[in-house]
Amino acid sequence: MRTKLVVAAAAFALLIAVGIGVIRHARQPALSESAPLTLHSGLYAVSTAPATQGHLISAGRVAALSCSRFHAAAGTGICLRPDGPLATYQVVVVDDQLREKDKFPLVGLPNRARVSPSGRLLAWTVFVTGDSYNNGKFSTRAGILDTATGDLVGTLEDFTVRPSAAADRNFWGITFTSDDDHFYATMSTRGHRYLVYGSVSGRSVSVVRDGVECPSLSPDGTRIAFKSAVDGDPARGWRLSVLTLSTGAVVPLAEARSVDDQAVWLSTSTVGYALRRPGGADVWAVPADGSGTPSLLLADAESPAVLSSSS
Amino acid sequence: MYLSTIDRPAAASSGRRWTAIGANVVALGLVSLVTDVSAEMVTAVLPAYLVLGLGMTPLAYGAVDGIYTGATAVLRLAGGWLADRTRRRKTVAGVGYGISAIAKLGLLAVGTPVTAIGGVIAADRMGKGLRTAPRDALITLSAPPALLGRAFGVHRTLDAAGAFLGPLVALSILTATGSAALTAASRDAFDAVFLFSFAVAAFGVLLLVLFVKEHRDPLAAPRPRARDLAALARDPRARRLTAAGCVLGLATIGDGFVYLLLQRRSGLAVGWFPVLAVGTNLAYLLLAGLAGAVADRVGRARVLLGGYLLLAAIYLALATPWHGMPMIALILLLNGAFYASTDGVLMALAGPVLPATLRTTGLSMIQTGQAVAYLGSSLLFGLVWQTWDTTAAVLVALALTIAAGVTTGFLVRPRAH
Repeated sequence: MRTKLVVAAAAFALLIAVGIGVIRHARQPALSESAPLTLHSGLYAVSTAPATQGHLISAGRVAALSCSRFHAAAGTGICLRPDGPLATYQVVVVDDQLREKDKFPLVGLPNRARVSPSGRLLAWTVFVTGDSYNNGKFSTRAGILDTATGDLVGTLEDFTVRPSAAADRNFWGITFTSDDDHFYATMSTRGHRYLVYGSVSGRSVSVVRDGVECPSLSPDGTRIAFKSAVDGDPARGWRLSVLTLSTGAVVPLAEARSVDDQAVWLSTSTVGYALRRPGGADVWAVPADGSGTPSLLLADAESPAVLSSSS
Repeated sequence: MYLSTIDRPAAASSGRRWTAIGANVVALGLVSLVTDVSAEMVTAVLPAYLVLGLGMTPLAYGAVDGIYTGATAVLRLAGGWLADRTRRRKTVAGVGYGISAIAKLGLLAVGTPVTAIGGVIAADRMGKGLRTAPRDALITLSAPPALLGRAFGVHRTLDAAGAFLGPLVALSILTATGSAALTAASRDAFDAVFLFSFAVAAFGVLLLVLFVKEHRDPLAAPRPRARDLAALARDPRARRLTAAGCVLGLATIGDGFVYLLLQRRSGLAVGWFPVLAVGTNLAYLLLAGLAGAVADRVGRARVLLGGYLLLAAIYLALATPWHGMPMIALILLLNGAFYASTDGVLMALAGPVLPATLRTTGLSMIQTGQAVAYLGSSLLFGLVWQTWDTTAAVLVALALTIAAGVTTGFLVRPRAH
């Protein structure tokens, strides 16, 4: 018995040592100072490089701001980030100096973020566990904040759906038009993922078509870049395509790898997106008309956002 | 021996009852505590790891979740039979603990593919399925029959303490690595949690090897054969207890449903569900020993039936317009008390009724019935929730609970023979 107790005590000491070891090994390096970053023009993204992970980066500069997901337009940024360990997150609204203007708690894991072209409306998607009706699986919540009025839409599930849909509907991936009222989003119900078109003031959405996820409206408002599951089966991955709204024509883009992201329009002819790889992600660009080949835009980054100098 | 004789054990002398449950039960409890710390560390960070660490779309995670549910039921039965046939309950349980430990290491190795993650999670659940029945059989064989309620109470208390500590350990590691802000590339921090979880699980296996003793079957006892298995399946007592397990599984639509109703009543955000689960677990942890002691004194069947009264009280409370923090606390307390008076108590009730040579198989039959019925009830509940409003759903749940209680009353009723 004595030998066994000694062995157990030694093993416990080893366990504590392993604990200290793994913590030391994984400890985050302190962030090196850099010139202050502001929201003006160019490509912004969240770094996945070990030294700067989670921090907003642009043109080689690193901001103090750290986000799980980021997007910006016209001098307004939305940053989804943890609010203490594990359980809770927050939406942080930042101005063009990346100063916090507003923040409020968010329940769920941040997934998508979007700012309307004028910078007035903000949207986010989170994943929530524990809705009993889907047997412990994840469900999504998509919310919208009007920064001009302070009006908050906690979840699009409260909106009227035309034609009416089942109670198990989930919304994600909001993208705004330029009128600061209308938007496109994904609605999932009964195994289908629909493109919906909605109005914040009208508190309603209507179904546009099936098989469209994470829409991203082009700057001219004529096309939507989106992802769709290969053969309708998410386990087989997603492909990027562009839908022309006036004709309903869909063009698959030249990116052959699986893209699980809400794309951004880098210009009227190019879309950008993050591609995950072990240990991080990279931002890629591909022509929006299905031609050409993908090109690496920014290594070790995700959550891209493009600000134009005119705004 | 009929249910009546073991249902109300002869009153043991009061002083030494807690120490008399035996070192082996405490050792098994400590193994469960350590293993649950390891398991719950991973459970606490897994959603964040899949979504933020791997960028996995959670709707794919739903598919991951569904993989293991069916497979473990079969494995549970096979493991129970194997443990009885070889008379090596400790070895079979140890293999189960070992598989789950190695699965933690698998999380480090597999990287991104959804199928690989699914495989690792399935392996973890298989290990859990394999070890549960041999462990519970060892408890029934290690403690005096009169004190089985207490023995399971002590075991479940230690088990729940581990489940309570696990998330706190994970949280401490993430905080210590400075990764409170979890982002895409915090993989090092997640890896730290998984590696430590493996080390903790390995420590649990070591404790099992060092301190848990196999029950020595009498030398004359024959090894169980296939026809003994058929006899067990025909045994009316085993059948009634398995049916009681199924009814309990059906009645435990509970958790998610209760939390969802609480949320509707009190306007809680859905993200607080994990916190509600922690509250229930805390109440369970505090009450499991007490419920076991009461079961030894007044009868295990009565305490089991009392559990249904507690569940009915939950639904009655939810049917009132009361809400707010006291209401939430009351519901969580009742919910924990429901688990404390049903989970271990059913095993304590069943143990002595089943022949010692086939006890693991018998317990695994009951647990499998419970697990499969639970799966069925949660699927059924998904449909109900979409069609009925809150009040109707509460009343239906209340009626079901009363029906389950009455059925269980008939199934475990002490019979005069």
